[in-house]
Amino acid sequence: MTAFGATLRRELLLGLRTPADIINPLFFFVVVVSLFPLALSPAPDTLRLIAPGVVWVAALLAVMLSLDSLFRRDEECGALEQLLVAPGELYLPVLARLLAHWLLTGLPLVLVAPLLGYMMQLPVTVLDTLWQSLLLGTPALTVIGAIGAALTVSIRRGGILLALLVLPLYVPVLVFGAGCVGRALDGMATGSVLAVLAAMTMLAVSLGPFAVALGLRISSGD
Amino acid sequence: MIQTTPLLQVETLGCERDERLLFSELDFAACAGEIWQVAGPNGAGKTTLLRILAGLHGFHDGRVRWQVPGAQRRDAHDKILFLGHLPGLREELTAEENLRWLCALHRQPLAEIPAALAAAGLAGYEDAPVAAMSAGQKRRVALARLWLPGKAVWILDEPFTAIDVQGVAQIETRLREHAAEGGLVLYTSHHRLADDIRQIHLGGGAR
Repeated sequence: MTAFGATLRRELLLGLRTPADIINPLFFFVVVVSLFPLALSPAPDTLRLIAPGVVWVAALLAVMLSLDSLFRRDEECGALEQLLVAPGELYLPVLARLLAHWLLTGLPLVLVAPLLGYMMQLPVTVLDTLWQSLLLGTPALTVIGAIGAALTVSIRRGGILLALLVLPLYVPVLVFGAGCVGRALDGMATGSVLAVLAAMTMLAVSLGPFAVALGLRISSGD
Repeated sequence: MIQTTPLLQVETLGCERDERLLFSELDFAACAGEIWQVAGPNGAGKTTLLRILAGLHGFHDGRVRWQVPGAQRRDAHDKILFLGHLPGLREELTAEENLRWLCALHRQPLAEIPAALAAAGLAGYEDAPVAAMSAGQKRRVALARLWLPGKAVWILDEPFTAIDVQGVAQIETRLREHAAEGGLVLYTSHHRLADDIRQIHLGGGAR
């Protein structure tokens, strides 16, 4: 079995054995979005206006919430060390690690988002853009966040530092992601904005694993 | 089976940690067929030395040079087995699942995992979750990789921790077998195997 396949298999198995790690970000996402109608106003016009931003911010925070534990448990048990002393490039095992993490934490957000959008009074035609923008944007969030997680893995309670590191890098994804849904709401074409999101994710996925691997090496160095 | 060119050459190696000098001017050359013990009191830098040799700790002076024959693309990691003082096993997975990932990553044959577990004294524990194992059994799962082929150099950090007397003797035999087959073993322990084993005394230099 290749390092990529074996890592993917292991991570998915670990995810299924610890379902709390999958459910927590999803639960957070659903709860945060459902609180807005209660706190602001249940008026459909207000909800529709804030929906793109609320759903996207909640998704972004849910992804960030899931990242602190990304490498921490492997670090605590010594498995991270074993990853770092493995022969060959770290790119593929790290990519498999991130893919598994996105499948377990990012994809559920994409799947449940149309439901939340509907609750936030978004027209059915806009719901398509909502899940498409999340599908194209959340992988970038996972990869960028993983770079921060790799750099802070040796710091106990590095959660706040992780947020400080990655939030500025999340801003472009958030702007284009929420902006894209906003444009759809205004009846404008969204293809070009979705393409920008896709480009960000491609860039993050192709270069991110190198940065994550380097971050892990720096963290283990001392 | 002693080769003339050493597998590992260490020149003027020094390391500082938290503004405290752990060791300096460390010189030694280790050849195939040898067993080296890194000895010294607690906090002398034994683990740090092994981590430097394994390439995990980059902040040091001097040079570490590996020349391991048969390594793919001159990557010595291809032939080095490093077992740290943590077993590197996830509690949620079974012994076999843990080893399958480690072996795929380290290019060791997956088919021989059950046999290796049996050799390490864990026959019948393949599907037992690591969470349900004792400290000694976890250590044995990690050490089962010593019975898998493909690695010429073993770097072992406290391999005898939590292992019973019989197990220590078994592992000792395995280390000797490996050296006799032309492998190199470097380990830290307070337990000295025998007088013919080479020692590095941290604080006292090589001898």
